[in-house]
Amino acid sequence: MVRRWTDAEDYHEGMESIDSDVMDRVLAATREYEPDSYTETDVRRAMSGPVGPEGFGALLSPAAKPMMEEIATLAREETRKHFGNAVTLFTPIYASNQCENRCIYCGFNCDNKINRATLSPEDVRREMDSIASMGLRDILILTGESREHSDIPYIGDCVEAASERFTAVGIEVYPMNTDEYRYLQSKGADYVTVFQETYDPERYAELHPGGPKRIFSYRFDAQERALRGGMRGVAFGALLGLGDFRRDAFACGMHAHLIQRRYPHAEVSFSLPRLRPFINGRVEPESVSESDLLQVSMAYRLFMPFASQTISTRERAGFRDGIVNISATRISASVSVGVGEHSGTGHGDGQFEISDPRSVDEIVGSLRRNGLQPVMADYVRP
Amino acid sequence: MHMSDDLVIGGHKFQSRFRLGSGKFSLDMTRQVIENGGVQMATLAVRRANADGEGNILDHMPEGITLLPNTSGARTADEAVRIARLARELGCGDFIKIEIIRDSKYLLPDNRETIRAVGMLHDEGFIPMPYMMPDLTAARDMADAGAAAIMPLGSPIGSNKGILTRDFIRMIVEEIDLPVIVDAGIGRPSQACEAMEMGCAAVMANTAIATAGDVASMARAFRLAIEAGRMAYLSGPGRVIEGRGVASSPLTGFLGEQ
Repeated sequence: MVRRWTDAEDYHEGMESIDSDVMDRVLAATREYEPDSYTETDVRRAMSGPVGPEGFGALLSPAAKPMMEEIATLAREETRKHFGNAVTLFTPIYASNQCENRCIYCGFNCDNKINRATLSPEDVRREMDSIASMGLRDILILTGESREHSDIPYIGDCVEAASERFTAVGIEVYPMNTDEYRYLQSKGADYVTVFQETYDPERYAELHPGGPKRIFSYRFDAQERALRGGMRGVAFGALLGLGDFRRDAFACGMHAHLIQRRYPHAEVSFSLPRLRPFINGRVEPESVSESDLLQVSMAYRLFMPFASQTISTRERAGFRDGIVNISATRISASVSVGVGEHSGTGHGDGQFEISDPRSVDEIVGSLRRNGLQPVMADYVRP
Repeated sequence: MHMSDDLVIGGHKFQSRFRLGSGKFSLDMTRQVIENGGVQMATLAVRRANADGEGNILDHMPEGITLLPNTSGARTADEAVRIARLARELGCGDFIKIEIIRDSKYLLPDNRETIRAVGMLHDEGFIPMPYMMPDLTAARDMADAGAAAIMPLGSPIGSNKGILTRDFIRMIVEEIDLPVIVDAGIGRPSQACEAMEMGCAAVMANTAIATAGDVASMARAFRLAIEAGRMAYLSGPGRVIEGRGVASSPLTGFLGEQ
């Protein structure tokens, strides 16, 4: 069966198609969203009351720019109400950089001549031991998208090793079917992150010329399949700068919003990645400034105040310190994006360059100086 | 003043009627808040206490504090029971605040599963204190299942909106022969005072303290308000207020050009 926006490309064999109208609703709402149509009055109205989709659109619009400081006050207040001064630390582990996709903005693109590596089960454990020794309790397992080099049993083994060493285990790997998510959940995975990258299907098609990732709707439904497979939480993200960032952020927020309404038990969170110019010369990023990124984060906060937000190491230390004081609630520490870099066992190149190389201790110190409370785990696996 | 006005829960006597929630302010503030608030019982999330490494909240609890571990993170009665056992293993005693939530947006408690958990935990010798949506019938079932206190929410947790459910809490206070502790939603000392005037046995607060300008001083304000409300209840009735706060120095000064 083929699901809408895949006219150009059939589902690959084995890809599950689920019955859901979430994608159609998100795309329809996004088509109607005109960032330039909002006025200061609309933004004020959004600031004064509960924020629905309309108010969310206003907060993301250029009309909100002159009110950033006031919005920051409100956003911070909401963050404090829901999270207190707690900020959760985690770190990613890159298990493999093998990839079958051709995303033209990504360092893992299978046409790129980089050093490829997949950690052996022993190296995975060595790497995790090294991470655990830093005091971290929350880990995110990442791979490139290759069912050949990192198949489901391989990811399952990584998850199992992680669940023996960490309190919370997230995965950011290729989208998969419901039964595969269920299998990984049984191995100890708690959270699933899938970035849609851009929510503009036409732009998406240009940026993803090859590989399974080309199937827009299969990726779009990943969070729903993950929740049906029993995962506790799902994270959403648009890689801001691939398309019109306001529209992409609007769509991403609507996606999370509709999923939360349908699966009220799910823990929903956002990631805040921004395409940086130096990553790859082949894409001219739409300009997204630090101020724009903060605006998106604050709009997410006021629209879905209970959702946690993760700030990437793509951003510099000063920015990250600032945004966790307003709206972000999760921050990675002691990050190495290369495969096997924590224990020195591997030699795979990284996906992007990081801008905040600070260690766990440095991040902890910095949070404390800002009156924030570093938290290593906010989760118990029942 | 009334001579003996102890609050008795599960056979334990308390003089303080201020229950402190922890976890929303820095650990090193815990002791000061407890002291200023005259707190004798403080909650802790097992999911936090379980985190070895960075700051264990148990290390920050002063001597003599009775711990009230909670089951936050549980979505079913079975999960709550497992977390309660973990709390016991951690040395947190027999008190357990049952918190079962299947709604990530409003964090509203699930009364049906909570009733079930009360029975299961009571059978295992715990002193169950269920956090619940104020519903008289559910409160009756919890009392029958062995609850040691009933802890209805005043408004959604963390909202600081005060006692939006006052009429329903009043019914529980009137009908149930157990201490009723308003848990969640209390944002101001005046609201804590109101709960006490209604005849509630105690008040639980966390966000209200954690989001205050001066955390330690607000803890003291709550203590005084709770004492005043209790005194008013034992004598006659009282009343409430409303409002909103604003920030001080620029929050967005860190933004760069890029």
